[in-house]
Amino acid sequence: MCGIAGIIHRNRSSDIGSEMTSMLQSLKHRGPDSTGFAIYGMPRGDEFVLRFKVAEQEDAAKGYNIHQEIRDRRAEVDRRLAELGVEVVETVDATEYAYRYRIKHGGDMRKVADYVEDVTSTEILSLGSRLELIKDLGDASTVSDQYALRGFNGTHAIGHTRMATESDVDIRSAHPYWAYPYNDIAVVHNGQLTNYWIMRRELERKDFRFMSSCDSELISVYIADKLQEGVDLEEAMVQSVDEFDGVFTYLVATSDKLGMAKDDMAAKPMVLYESDDLVAMASEEVAIRQVLPHEIDTHDPYDREVRVWQS
Amino acid sequence: MAELNETARSHDMGLHTEQLTGRTQQRFFDISEEENHLYPEAFDVDFNKRTTIDAIDMDARDVNRKIRDLMAEGYGSIVVRNPQARHSLGVGILQRLNLIFEGSLGYFGVGLIDGPNVRVTGRVGWSCAENMMAGTVIVEKNAGSTFGAAMRGGDLVCMGDVGSRTGIDQKGGTIIVGGRTGAFSAFMMQRGRMIVLGDAGKNLGDSMYDGTIFVGGTIESLGVDAVPGDMTDLDCAWLERKLGMYGLTAPNGVANMTKIVAGKQLWNYDNLEPSEKKIVL
Repeated sequence: MCGIAGIIHRNRSSDIGSEMTSMLQSLKHRGPDSTGFAIYGMPRGDEFVLRFKVAEQEDAAKGYNIHQEIRDRRAEVDRRLAELGVEVVETVDATEYAYRYRIKHGGDMRKVADYVEDVTSTEILSLGSRLELIKDLGDASTVSDQYALRGFNGTHAIGHTRMATESDVDIRSAHPYWAYPYNDIAVVHNGQLTNYWIMRRELERKDFRFMSSCDSELISVYIADKLQEGVDLEEAMVQSVDEFDGVFTYLVATSDKLGMAKDDMAAKPMVLYESDDLVAMASEEVAIRQVLPHEIDTHDPYDREVRVWQS
Repeated sequence: MAELNETARSHDMGLHTEQLTGRTQQRFFDISEEENHLYPEAFDVDFNKRTTIDAIDMDARDVNRKIRDLMAEGYGSIVVRNPQARHSLGVGILQRLNLIFEGSLGYFGVGLIDGPNVRVTGRVGWSCAENMMAGTVIVEKNAGSTFGAAMRGGDLVCMGDVGSRTGIDQKGGTIIVGGRTGAFSAFMMQRGRMIVLGDAGKNLGDSMYDGTIFVGGTIESLGVDAVPGDMTDLDCAWLERKLGMYGLTAPNGVANMTKIVAGKQLWNYDNLEPSEKKIVL
């Protein structure tokens, strides 16, 4: 089933971490397997934030000599960052296997991403100047507490509570997905893409990498491909509604925008609230009520509807 | 109209037919048989006995239990404040009751009801009044998808816009949409009527077996088996009366509404014996 939510403040920032935590926690019944956040903080000048993991949560709990292996993998990532001339400003150990690095680098970020992900079991969750992508097993409160997301100041966020249907229960298959190699772009999705393999093969031939077999990752890669071709975000989303087969509602966030798209049959839910100050959306209105507890006017977007909002 | 006798008029409106040609049926009950149409466990309530619940800190089960307890105490008019778009509120009420939600409902609001008059001052989520059997439900703002799914009787009214698949599998009663309805509305409709004063999305009436749809705005496209029907004076009279009950009017007049009916007769569906049909309905 899965639950998705998005919120974007206009011309102001807020405790977006707490807001998205409470929204996703209210959608726990739609998917208890894992929870993910893509949160957009304030601009950091020439700094980037790199979120990556070197193992799955499940790996960390078992496996021969796994703790040493995790340390070795991280050390190798550090070595490669140094080799590429990446300045690491600060490191935070969010968990034993997932880390947050503030970095500075004037070179090719795709090269950095590719070289880091070449380390065994290493996956970049996000890389951007505003985006921080956090995902792990458990409900929203568990993940939020684990990664200290409450109090995170930012302008917008998207999130996901997952009920695994077509791929594993692990961080790799959890949403959101970063639109590698584009900074600051993330996707969450509720639904099924039935032409996944056909489209994945097309994108793989264009040299895009897939880290999971989850159909939602395809959306982020598809959007990245369109952006690479110079297509505007909203137009890319409009085209996606034609090209994706299946039933879906998905959200995309960039450094200053948040968009939603709904499939041809409007088969997956989305409730939308819009005001001059704030736009909030979720699979169920109960999630929006977590940040707007008073009576509000909401509506369901229709089939093939694509909307994009600016922060 | 004056020259038509009552039987011809009712046949013309598709209200009922003894020949079981598949048109929507309507039964007329003798008021003296009222006790036969009450559930044995129904509470004796007084509409003039009114009370209010504040649901701000209550979960759905507690709200529904409280409504039941109040009915047992004879309250016939209950106001629920701060429903907070929670799911499954006001479900399974099988008797007369005036129930007012001051706010919005989540999914499956007032489903499986048989008799109450409900007003929702806010919005409702997916599957409002699913399997509704009798009574009235009036939603003052918008509604989500599958509004009135598998509805069997009564009047279900949304003053605003409604999502997709409105009245999917509708088996009776009347659904009224004051604004627009989304794609696949009246999908697999079997009986009853749907009135849409605004526009209708694509594939309206797809795979409908029976029933009648009236649309005041534009129709993006008709689904398989749905075809335009001929508006009659009796249709207009019925529409005027029905819309008038809820203070609604067709933007361009009822005579200019588009009537949609099933274009195919399903042999097995239309040839069921009355007793079998009752079970199906």
